[in-house]
Amino acid sequence: MPRTLSAPVTVAFDYTRSTGPVLGRFLSGLRDGVVVGGRTSEGKVVVPPPEFDPVTHAATEEFVEVADTGTVTSWTWVPEPVKGQPFDRPFAFALVTLDGADVPLLHALDVASPAEVETGMRVRVRWRSERKGDITDIECFEALPEGGTGSTVQARETVDPVTGIVVPIELDYLYAASPEESLFYTSLSEGKLVGQRCPSCGKVYIPPRSACPADGTPTSEEVELPDTGTVTTFCIVNVPFLGQRITPPYVSAYILLDGADIAFLHLILDIPAEEVRMGMRVKAVWKPKDQWGTTIENIDHFAPTGEPDADYETYRQHL
Amino acid sequence: MRDVAVVGFAQRQMKEFDGSPTCVELLVPLFAECYEQTGWTRRDVGFWCSGSSDYLAGRSFSFVQAVDAIGVIPPVNESHVEMDLAWAMYEAWLKIQTGEVDTAVVYAFGKSSAGVLRRTLSLQLEPYTMTPLWPDTVSLAGLQARAGLDAGLWDERAMAEVANRSLTDAEKNEYAVRKGGSSVEELLARPMYADPLRKHDCAPVSDGAAALVLAAGDKAREVCERPAWIRSLAHYIDPMSMGTRDLTHSPSAQRAGAACDLDGVEVAELHAPFSHQELILRSELGLADDVRINPSGGALASNPMFSAGGIRIGEAAKQVWSGESSKVLGHATSGPALQQNLVCVLASDKGSES
Repeated sequence: MPRTLSAPVTVAFDYTRSTGPVLGRFLSGLRDGVVVGGRTSEGKVVVPPPEFDPVTHAATEEFVEVADTGTVTSWTWVPEPVKGQPFDRPFAFALVTLDGADVPLLHALDVASPAEVETGMRVRVRWRSERKGDITDIECFEALPEGGTGSTVQARETVDPVTGIVVPIELDYLYAASPEESLFYTSLSEGKLVGQRCPSCGKVYIPPRSACPADGTPTSEEVELPDTGTVTTFCIVNVPFLGQRITPPYVSAYILLDGADIAFLHLILDIPAEEVRMGMRVKAVWKPKDQWGTTIENIDHFAPTGEPDADYETYRQHL
Repeated sequence: MRDVAVVGFAQRQMKEFDGSPTCVELLVPLFAECYEQTGWTRRDVGFWCSGSSDYLAGRSFSFVQAVDAIGVIPPVNESHVEMDLAWAMYEAWLKIQTGEVDTAVVYAFGKSSAGVLRRTLSLQLEPYTMTPLWPDTVSLAGLQARAGLDAGLWDERAMAEVANRSLTDAEKNEYAVRKGGSSVEELLARPMYADPLRKHDCAPVSDGAAALVLAAGDKAREVCERPAWIRSLAHYIDPMSMGTRDLTHSPSAQRAGAACDLDGVEVAELHAPFSHQELILRSELGLADDVRINPSGGALASNPMFSAGGIRIGEAAKQVWSGESSKVLGHATSGPALQQNLVCVLASDKGSES
């Protein structure tokens, strides 16, 4: 059995990026089935065009159409493609200097085995049929048949220049909890709230941390805490958001469990939102036992106990 | 310029860290080692700087959680770079140069194994024309290796020699993830992986953390018998595009080396995550044949993201502390195919006179 609990996590975000005039020109070209390079102050044609000249640092203003045929100047085999790459089967990445350009462009080369590639090999662009103005409008490079010419693409359309792209980024992780957090979650699955005490300053943290944030000492002594506590501060959620499970308005609160020195966030329900207050005494409302897992969601929410409010002095250090 | 020395170093490297990517659990004992080496407590440390990345951790603000390992009451003077430990050290060195502080602990951590490292690193590329293709680290290094092979600047045998020497030296390094040399012939007989690279040409995916301790002048002498004085420190960057630079060279490494006093360097710890990159670095830095390269085994033995570069500086410093060498070089790289390079020259009092 592993020492810690872990779970898969996916972090994703669609980055929207404005292209500016130079990359916009390049990407507009791709959408139209044409590769556009930029001429540098040294007279070199560079693909993709650099936004600023590498020597003079002036904005690139001279654009040159180059061929969609070219020569492989370097390549590498990709035996185990990763998610998002141009192919999900083995392929090659290649640097290809297009005819009319002076420096190579990086892209995929569709070949079945490393035996089919060599430096100096002639290739052409395989255009995607539906193009939208980004680098994947070039599906890949492919071998140029003996006596073959450049790819045949549809007539160029005259449409607005490309001014932005969307790049979806998605990363997958196996996220592990620390041993202390693992103890916390395992205890929750047994209906217990377990924190840890700092041996130096005596403070009790729940969830437990690998070190006391006040003095850096590893915490070790386990402390089981009751499921009752005090609201130290709270907010009334009025704004709907993606993935919201409760209809607003509702209350998110910091709850200081009795015997703890740090508050944690949970929901306060079973009371009108406007009646929730600092110092209010609350108790955990657990879900039915058969729904428990290694999660804080075993506690559905906290509800008022009906006791008199706690003295401000009892929680003022925890705000 | 103030004289600043590396006076402490601690590290952990492993194939897979079975714990939280915040790495607090790894950092607490590292700091304890630094305190033991110097006799300091956290209150003696004037400045802290860490290196890490949320993309590696898979969570936001991972460096904030890591600060738990320091303990922040009373508050500490603290900063962060989304770069390797070597660059955190650069920031701390500058901080000490300002005169504001005399001492610093820099640290870095990363759990590469939580995701697919070679894929995650695509996010450091040009975001319009490169990242959408997800060019992985191994592929980009493969393009570079091929370019040199085609140009006749190195051959597979030279690459295997680097790997064999690294894996042999790594046998003496308790932190090495991959170790055990055999022979150049045996390595060359192994199958290609990402042609032209075999697996031993590529650094193993590694988790880990490391910390370096810096101190100025008398503060350094107080805590270290033979401080490893930072005699030169330089960092340069090449363009990000793979097409516009000659991949067989590393102008940024050359410039960083040229900005440093490399005369009389006896040992060089080079951060070369791929075997051919060591060949490029040796050439760009102009290291003579009698300079001992990577006695630790180097990055081919273990390459924890965000600390592997700084570990090179720590390993180099150890050579000075022990008296084995009087002048050494630590190098760190970052970005695709040796795009960024930092060179740090360390010397003992004796080595500083030469």
